[in-house]
Amino acid sequence: MLEIKDLHANVEGKEILKGLNLKVNAGEIHAVMGPNGAGKSTLANIIAGKEEYEVTDGDILLNGDDIEELGPEERAHKGVFMSFQYPVEIPGVTVTNFMKTAINETRKAQGLEEMPAKDMLKKIREKSELLEIDRKFLSRSLNEGFSGGEKKRNEIFQMAMMEPKLAILDETDSGLDIDALRIVANGVNKLKSQDNAIIVITHYQRLLDYIVPDYVHVLYDGKIVKSGTKELALELEEKGYDWIKEEINA
Amino acid sequence: MELKEKLVSSFLAFENTVNVDAPIHDIRTQAIKIFEEKGFPTKKEEAWKYTSLNAVLKHDYSIFPKEENALEFKDVKKYFLYDLDTYKIVFIDGKYSSHLSETTHDKIDVCLMSSALTHDKYKAVIDNYFNKVARQDGLTSLNTAFSKEGAYIYIPKNKLADKPIQIIHFSTGKESAQMLQPRNLIVVEENSHVQIIERHQSLTDNPVFTNSVTEIYVDKRAHVDYYKIQNDNEQASLIDNTYIEQQAQSVASVHTFAFGGNITRNNLNFFQKGEGIDSILNGVTILEGKQHVDHNTLVHHTEPNCESHQDYKGIFDEKATGVFNGKIIVDKIAQKTNAFQSNNNILLSDKATINSKPQLEIFADDVKCSHGCTIGQLDENALFYMRSRGIGEKEARALLMYAFANNVLESVKIPQLKNRINKLIANKLGVDIGFDL
Repeated sequence: MLEIKDLHANVEGKEILKGLNLKVNAGEIHAVMGPNGAGKSTLANIIAGKEEYEVTDGDILLNGDDIEELGPEERAHKGVFMSFQYPVEIPGVTVTNFMKTAINETRKAQGLEEMPAKDMLKKIREKSELLEIDRKFLSRSLNEGFSGGEKKRNEIFQMAMMEPKLAILDETDSGLDIDALRIVANGVNKLKSQDNAIIVITHYQRLLDYIVPDYVHVLYDGKIVKSGTKELALELEEKGYDWIKEEINA
Repeated sequence: MELKEKLVSSFLAFENTVNVDAPIHDIRTQAIKIFEEKGFPTKKEEAWKYTSLNAVLKHDYSIFPKEENALEFKDVKKYFLYDLDTYKIVFIDGKYSSHLSETTHDKIDVCLMSSALTHDKYKAVIDNYFNKVARQDGLTSLNTAFSKEGAYIYIPKNKLADKPIQIIHFSTGKESAQMLQPRNLIVVEENSHVQIIERHQSLTDNPVFTNSVTEIYVDKRAHVDYYKIQNDNEQASLIDNTYIEQQAQSVASVHTFAFGGNITRNNLNFFQKGEGIDSILNGVTILEGKQHVDHNTLVHHTEPNCESHQDYKGIFDEKATGVFNGKIIVDKIAQKTNAFQSNNNILLSDKATINSKPQLEIFADDVKCSHGCTIGQLDENALFYMRSRGIGEKEARALLMYAFANNVLESVKIPQLKNRINKLIANKLGVDIGFDL
């Protein structure tokens, strides 16, 4: 599904990613962990196509195609979705209208007809129930005045609506209490299938109790320095990141 | 000959076309003297610092409509709100078009200034209200001197105008350059209610210069909603002088949608003359090219317990320029005044300009007055967020601009008008918007 080869990337002239390799197949869940400043969010934003991030070397292949030249919307049309660490408030656009526009623009790009209003409403109802989102919430301005937890839940609601092939969850657990965490994780697990893949980016192991990864990678200083199974996450939780730093620097 | 001299010397010819024995003519004679003395405003005046009329005044305008020009409804239908039943007062090159209009004298008067100025039936209203709230500045006096035609709307007390009223001014471009000076009088008595939509439309690229004066009287507990659609072409300049006097517990709102024109100046003045009054001034400006809009507002609070709310949003692209100059005066007696003003702007290009200037003169000590002004760009993070959900860049920008103007658009009370304005915006932004906000 996704193959990243020797990726180097700059933000405002500073090199953040320094030769990152990652391969994610359909049906897999990968966790990317690492200390602050390692480049986790940069990786997520680069896959989603944020233009301030400059790829200086390497390739990002989605189903074999290089997506580097594609705008964020074109990547979304190909099934890439990022759950934002800091979802943006957009006063004046309701959650429902935002999703209608997003889905119909995506369908248009894929050569499909607009989704009939009835189907759209049905889908909105189903997916909002999955995330235990109150209906009233959907007619509010997108993210405006939402609590941290509400914003994150809303991100996963959008993921449920968009049904991406590749979902990147950027620090989705931050700002969530334990109940909200369960709801969000439950939603993500229900959306998981053999046809899609998920990359969970997190600082803490906590979320991985609920969204169980097939692989865990440690990102440090712009590279993936260690990969393993879910036990690696537990080890990181227990021992912190220092031993990895020592291992690298040794 | 300069336009000023041409206008002053044309006054004699104008007098041949009106009844010089009518009392109103004394007002005109006074007014031409004031104009002769004051002339057109220049950038030396503080209130005109950012707007120069020089380029507008250099054309050799035809001052009086020479002949009656006709238009077929099908050719100008798109400038009407045709999906809504309304009264219509339509002018073609300054002359009334009975063909395109729909007036009434049934319980309310929706008709012509030329009738009101010449028929005895209207004498009492004209004597009471004509040129009373209008200021005596050069431009207003110029209009007063040549006042002859325009819209006359009289809603007696306890009447609800049964449908909105459209006032539309067309310029056919038959003259190589044309000056128009419509004069409108709107009197809404106690407990009455009316909605008015005004539009100026030039049909060719020949220069048009409109100097319009509208006086509106809103009596006790009356309610007036006035919508101005300014979406003219780049050869049409408009100076809109609007004066509103409100009595106790009345509500008056003016929405100004400035979407196009060469130079557009809105002098919008509210005078509150009782307690419990609410004045609402909303505007959305979206300009590109070299268009220029200057919103000059005044709200004068002279009695206690009144409110005013101003909300102007501006989006400027290319070399467009904008001015917002909002003056609020709160007299010493006007305690418990709530006066709010906000002016938010987005500049889409490095060459676009906005000058925003609040002017608060507050002489009472127990008031709530606030003003806020912002100038910024479209939020790049918000654009990325929307694009990452599959929304194209152009659509995402449009959606953000709609969202930016949304609270003003939402306050439009006529659904068909709101719909039309949404379409005008979508057209301007070059998007086909499948959403409604």
